[in-house]
Amino acid sequence: MNRLAVELPGLSLKNPIMPASGCFGFGREYAQFYDLSQLGAIMIKATTLEPRFGNPTPRVAETPSGMLNAIGLQNPGLEKVLSEELPWLEQFAVPIIANVAGSTMEDYVQVAKEISKAPNVHALELNISCPNVKKGGIAFGTIPEVAAELTKLVKEVSEVPVYVKLSPNVTNIVEMAKAIEGAGADGLTMINTLIGMRIDLKTAEPILANRTGGLSGPAIKPIAIRMIYEVSQAVSIPIIGMGGIQSAEDVIEFFYAGASAVAVGTANFVDPFVCPNIIEALPTLLDKLGVSHISECTGRSWRKDEPSVYCGA
Amino acid sequence: MIRKEQMSIVAHERIADNIYRIVLTGGLVSEMNNPGQFVHVKIGAQAEPLLRRPISICEINQERKQFTMIYRKEGLGTSILARKMPGEMLNILGPLGNGFPLEAVEKGQTALLVGGGIGVPPLYELSKRLVEKGIHVIHVLGFQHKDVVFLENEFAKLGETYVATVDGSYGTQGFVTDVISKYALTFDVLYSCGPKPMLKALEQTFPNQNVYLSLEEKMGCGIGACLACVCRVPNSDTAYRKVCSDGPVFKAGEVIL
Repeated sequence: MNRLAVELPGLSLKNPIMPASGCFGFGREYAQFYDLSQLGAIMIKATTLEPRFGNPTPRVAETPSGMLNAIGLQNPGLEKVLSEELPWLEQFAVPIIANVAGSTMEDYVQVAKEISKAPNVHALELNISCPNVKKGGIAFGTIPEVAAELTKLVKEVSEVPVYVKLSPNVTNIVEMAKAIEGAGADGLTMINTLIGMRIDLKTAEPILANRTGGLSGPAIKPIAIRMIYEVSQAVSIPIIGMGGIQSAEDVIEFFYAGASAVAVGTANFVDPFVCPNIIEALPTLLDKLGVSHISECTGRSWRKDEPSVYCGA
Repeated sequence: MIRKEQMSIVAHERIADNIYRIVLTGGLVSEMNNPGQFVHVKIGAQAEPLLRRPISICEINQERKQFTMIYRKEGLGTSILARKMPGEMLNILGPLGNGFPLEAVEKGQTALLVGGGIGVPPLYELSKRLVEKGIHVIHVLGFQHKDVVFLENEFAKLGETYVATVDGSYGTQGFVTDVISKYALTFDVLYSCGPKPMLKALEQTFPNQNVYLSLEEKMGCGIGACLACVCRVPNSDTAYRKVCSDGPVFKAGEVIL
């Protein structure tokens, strides 16, 4: 038995570890370090209809146990992703989750329709939560009715299951999650980055050229855990959790909160080997926790129907 | 090939005001071939500081499996780094990026190496390699003031060396470009590393010559995945180069400074 294997809508994962969108490009840079087939899945960089250069630099700024980024959805555009990036990824035995972004609903629908036809795209991740673009992105992710409508439109055209990436920059994330579930989403991914800012001491100007950026890294982990804990109890669709994961221990914490799989983001920048290292460390940690299959961990923090099997360290 | 390795600190000393020289040893050195490449340093195993720090390679010693970096203590990361002692380990990812093209100049020709501040170090290994190739080297090093001047003697052993300081407290007063015009320095190829205004001035002063510029930019991953350190290329709205993996050395005109 593969105790790490997870079944989710559209996705048969050999393990529940995948690099998060925007933190792994289209995989080329990381393929020089390890065989990408080791990964449970890959969430590729957000794809828009047209190529985008993104924001001016500086685009990143470090923060206590985290970082701000304002890349601005730089990507080569749908056509190139379909003709170059996705075919290149076919050499690996790994399902692709395509992150779809846009400025208008029509953009999202068109990208979703085309990219969902690619043979190795097994699911879509609807990016309604990018904080770094002026038009679209987060605007779709902060009003439940708008998010629900977009989800519905994309579901109509997508040939694969649709996961919606939630923004933490909302007052009530449960309300948002329920609206998206009601619109027919197959799953949720959460959380995207939190909007933040840093200011340079010498110039008194924001450090990022975009002024604000998305906060990621270990600093946001407790927020992700809390939000997954709340949302997973309120919806019945699965959650792919993300937000500051660095270790196998972090992965289990996300599962306990209610995640069914996880994505690793910023940690890839610090250690290119972090994903395979976590995958390798998980079985030993499951042994230590007395867990036979990782899926047993999902929601354990609030599922009181089963006795805890924690055996101590 | 890029590797990640725990490397041991052999020596670590302050060589000028807030300027430190650190020597590391390990098998990864065998991957270091091109002067102008850099490494990505993880300072401590904790989540803070979170990101690696890109630092250029100053000198490579294959026999001893050692390499040298010179860095300026400035923020949180380099302040913690400055306290590290010989015998301690540092996690190094590298070598990263593409270095200066040695083949851009032939035996008997002249190379002008122009460094500004903490952009000076990578020119040292470059100069050594050029001298080995039988190339005549001239160095112009620019610093803010006399307390932050470093490597002057080392460069002087390899060839003619001029120093400029912005405040005139040492060498010629002014910028590297002032030194070049004052002494009417000529060259077959110019290699430079330093702050963007200096690189821009060189690009503008020598528009039709063989000029290579090494850029500095805030980086995330250092390997080309995060798109933090991109720069635009002329005549395109969407084309770009990544400083970390396409650079850090570019031919003048290849990217918009």
